[in-house]
Amino acid sequence: MTGYLRSDGRKGIRNVTVVVYLVECAHHVAREVVFPSREQGVHLLGFPGCYPNAYAHRMLKQLCTHPNVGAALLVSLGCEGFNRKNLLEEIRATGRPADVLVIQDTGGTRKTIEEGRAWIAQALEKTAQVPRVPMTVSDLVVGTVCGGSDATSGITANPAVGRAFDQLVQNGARVVFEETGELIGCEQIMAMRAARPELASELIACVEKAGRYYSTLGHGSFAPGNAEGGLTTIEEKSMGAYSKSGNSPISGILKPGDVPPSAGLYLLDVVPDGEVRWGFPNISDIQEIGELIACGSHVTLFTTGRGSVVGSAISPVIKICANPETYRRLNEDMDINAGRILEGAATLDEVGREIYDRIVRVAEGEKTASEAMGHAEFSLVYKSFEPLGPACLPG
Amino acid sequence: MTVPSDPRLLRLHPADNVLTVIATLESGARIRVGDAEVVVPTRLPIGHKIAARALHAGEKIVKYGAPIGSASRDIAAGEHAHTHNVQSDYLPTFLREDQTRFFAQH
Repeated sequence: MTGYLRSDGRKGIRNVTVVVYLVECAHHVAREVVFPSREQGVHLLGFPGCYPNAYAHRMLKQLCTHPNVGAALLVSLGCEGFNRKNLLEEIRATGRPADVLVIQDTGGTRKTIEEGRAWIAQALEKTAQVPRVPMTVSDLVVGTVCGGSDATSGITANPAVGRAFDQLVQNGARVVFEETGELIGCEQIMAMRAARPELASELIACVEKAGRYYSTLGHGSFAPGNAEGGLTTIEEKSMGAYSKSGNSPISGILKPGDVPPSAGLYLLDVVPDGEVRWGFPNISDIQEIGELIACGSHVTLFTTGRGSVVGSAISPVIKICANPETYRRLNEDMDINAGRILEGAATLDEVGREIYDRIVRVAEGEKTASEAMGHAEFSLVYKSFEPLGPACLPG
Repeated sequence: MTVPSDPRLLRLHPADNVLTVIATLESGARIRVGDAEVVVPTRLPIGHKIAARALHAGEKIVKYGAPIGSASRDIAAGEHAHTHNVQSDYLPTFLREDQTRFFAQH
């Protein structure tokens, strides 16, 4: 395994150039800048809002300076609230090629697209020069998310990811599970795995926060497809989702954009702090994947029973299908068939090992199913967080 | 995991009072639940749950060895356990209107 060496010492497994719109009004121009080079590792990110938001700024800063990213072009309309100057300085401070195009100054749509495409061509030449250095599993951050869950997710794919997570932690990797709204009902058993007593109460507090948040909004993180797939309550969905975390002690809690400081298992708290504002904590699986990547994830393990097809900008998504019937319908979109466990054709340990081996191959450059089909989804909307409490990270 | 006598049903934890369907059961299928043979009245896809024994209204539903909600009415052994007879102890489960009708038939 070799990685792209970045100035902060982190190593990337991809060498993506990102184009970032800083308000929805610049989205079309940014998308057109990307279009001709979309198969050369140029990905589109952005934030739609006109009003500034500290969370969104931090997310885009962490994403533009992610180890899988080699260069960044910001596209601004010109009048939005996003502090483009600060973001540009933060990216340039890492030594990456970075620039901003302001559509109102450049002279409109056509001129900005032309300038943007010319900039991309130069950036691709520069990022091709980034040195590659030896890398091991201990350099990796791996996130996991579930989406389109059914009742097979918690029997096959999720516990198989848990097995792979245990093996990653044993080999010195940093692994992250998330969606505290999908841990409602598991808070007491999860707290027993806290590496430190003071962390246990923080774990319970962050699931209770999720419960309050979702109660205000009227229902939990539970989609109609979950019930069609046999899941009855949020607690049942939670127990299945929780098994993705494996059996390692829980080393700490992160919020979006916090990079885990040392090897171990971390919980990402994605539910905003304070009053309920701006709607559901995660409007879709895509924003959750973006938050895992902002925490440094090189690869995301995505388990699905109903059959999600998504990928992501910046970091590859490995899709692990829990349901053998879904796998037969959507096998082109899947990387791993964990449904074999239900049919007696594989054990949880075997599928866990297969997931681990696939992570290594993807880190070595092998394309995932979603990468090969051009998926590079991204979504970011308003949120607000307070800083982590003192008990959240290992001393 | 202990496997009940019927290979199409999975008990995930010894303390569980529901079993998971791991091969789709067509309407009219006969399943073995404990000592009883039960005829499945409507198709049950993979992942749905069946009561492993008679459950009283208000009783905790246990899966993975953990409570996942409570029975909202009495449930017979072998009966489909889902949103029509099981409710969350935390947050109500959101269903589309067409699903409410579908699950009510069960």
